[in-house]
Amino acid sequence: MSAGAVIEFHNISKHFGGVTAVNELSFTVEPGRVTGFLGPNGAGKTTSLRILLGLVAASSGTATFGGVRYRDLPHPLETVGAALEAASFHPGRTARGHLGVYAIAAGLPRTRVMEVLTQVGLAAHAAQRVGGYSLGMRQRLGLAYALLGDPGVLVLDEPINGLDPEGIRWIRGFLRDMAAEGRTVLVSSHLLSEVAQSVDDVVIIARGELVHLGPLSSLDTDAAPQTIVDSPDRENLAATLTAAGISFSIGRTGLLAATGDPARLGHLAFEAGIELSVLHRQKAGLEDSFLALVGGGHSL
Amino acid sequence: MTMFLRCVSAEFAKIFTTRLWWILAIVLFCYIGLLAGGLAALFAGIQTGVISPDAVNTGGGSTDLGSLPALIYSFASSVGYVFPVLLGALATTGEFRHQTLTPTFLATPRRGLVLGAKTVTLILVGAGFGVVALAASVGLGGGVLSAFGVDALLIDSETWLLVARTLLAMGLWAAIGVGLGVLVPNQVASIVIVLAFTQFVEPLLRLAASFLEVTATIGNFLPGAASDALVGSSFLNLANPSASMPLDWWQGGLVLLGYALVATVIGYAVSWKKDVT
Ligand SMILES: Nc1ncnc2c1ncn2[C@@H]1O[C@H](COP(=O)(O)OP(=O)(O)O)[C@@H](O)[C@H]1O
Ligand SMILES: [Mg+2]
Repeated sequence: MSAGAVIEFHNISKHFGGVTAVNELSFTVEPGRVTGFLGPNGAGKTTSLRILLGLVAASSGTATFGGVRYRDLPHPLETVGAALEAASFHPGRTARGHLGVYAIAAGLPRTRVMEVLTQVGLAAHAAQRVGGYSLGMRQRLGLAYALLGDPGVLVLDEPINGLDPEGIRWIRGFLRDMAAEGRTVLVSSHLLSEVAQSVDDVVIIARGELVHLGPLSSLDTDAAPQTIVDSPDRENLAATLTAAGISFSIGRTGLLAATGDPARLGHLAFEAGIELSVLHRQKAGLEDSFLALVGGGHSL
Repeated sequence: MTMFLRCVSAEFAKIFTTRLWWILAIVLFCYIGLLAGGLAALFAGIQTGVISPDAVNTGGGSTDLGSLPALIYSFASSVGYVFPVLLGALATTGEFRHQTLTPTFLATPRRGLVLGAKTVTLILVGAGFGVVALAASVGLGGGVLSAFGVDALLIDSETWLLVARTLLAMGLWAAIGVGLGVLVPNQVASIVIVLAFTQFVEPLLRLAASFLEVTATIGNFLPGAASDALVGSSFLNLANPSASMPLDWWQGGLVLLGYALVATVIGYAVSWKKDVT
């Protein structure tokens, strides 16, 4: 395994005709961590990753691995392993034939082919033509291709799409293991919930622009905390909140008070002699923060 | 250099890990075998008097067909050339169609090197198709000639020169297929162009060009005419013996090579080096 290199996007922009797919995107991805590259469909994730891999030419900016552009890497497959969203197979080739072609091109030992097929759980289907593969099997074959050169950097575009629950659990463990071995792992998804269990850091883009960057916990901002409170005597409770200057709305399970301090509400109710039937803090979830960042309605 | 050789090996592996090559090779063998065998029987029958010339409507009535064996053997390229073109075009357009350009360019980011390796590979596999086609035209056609008592000229050096030039022509045709594939990456469009041009457009153009001295000279530069000049014998040349002097064999080879290079270089610019999305 080669050492995990730092991935660096520096002011990357890409215009397709009049469409700006990526706009002045800059961020770095560190080795030894799993970084989630998140954004709704059409945000520019695939385009950014293809620019990083030299498949698409950026309109401006540079993207590098340890300071080196992909096309200048002396041993690309042994440095970076990539699995991109689109299924890129000739349906008439077997999995073994498919991987064999690229092992030859990269000068890798042919034994790697069965090793990676075993690693992704496809060894039993190695001699089967890829045209008959399910979506989940294709995803695994894409991963096998990425692993062929035992690279220190993994770039995976929506690897969880199409996997069954068992496959999802498997890939979560796989991502963690790869990072634990010191590799750089960049994994894109349009659903935070898909990767929230696996990622250390998040890079969130929307409409081609960076909207958030940081550890996963940084999404846990709880910017607008709420406490749900209710009483058999709801009118009296409402009057007490108003008197204390706490705004609220009426929700399905009680009053949604705009405060993150349930103890204060309990004390107010106690002093006013109001019996409480519900009192608990409502936390905004990671997904809510994510949706707020990317502009809600865009997530499909 | 080792990188280029690895690329060539990978391109060979691409061809031999799918079924297309042997399907095309089998059809090529059967097609040329039937044609060469059947026409060898017909012409040899006429030449030896087994079949009366009056029994077949030969139009001109002349039974002087030049070297009959060479004519029969040249079917390998004069008819079979469409097979290496198809192989080259399908091998190239398949990369676009099945999006295998992505893993290809990830493994070898130098795209010009990949295209060069593909061209070299297809020239060699195209020559291999030449071997298959010659096995049919010389093997079956020559066998039929011998059976009729006509000298199959198998120990004649001219015959073996024709064999060598046929291999070269078939290799160059495969390279033209690669060039067409990058020029027209749409697989269906590419196949339609190959079939329409080789089976219909070019034979008509060659016929039309042969009517005037000046157009006949231009017609010599059509790829099929250049290929026949390279190989040195073709029934299409016999069909219009009044045509102006055809190109020398080496000129024909250079014209074919020129078509392959021009198409490949332009195709590289218009499709091969573009964004892979
Ligand atoms: N080849 C292309 N031609 C024109 N527009 C494109 C092309 N590829 C992507 N786009 C546009 O760029 C934007 C970003 O797309 P993409 O990178 O695929 O987003 P994501 O992967 O985040 O879903 C979209 O608006 C998409 O329509
Ligand atoms: Mg995408």
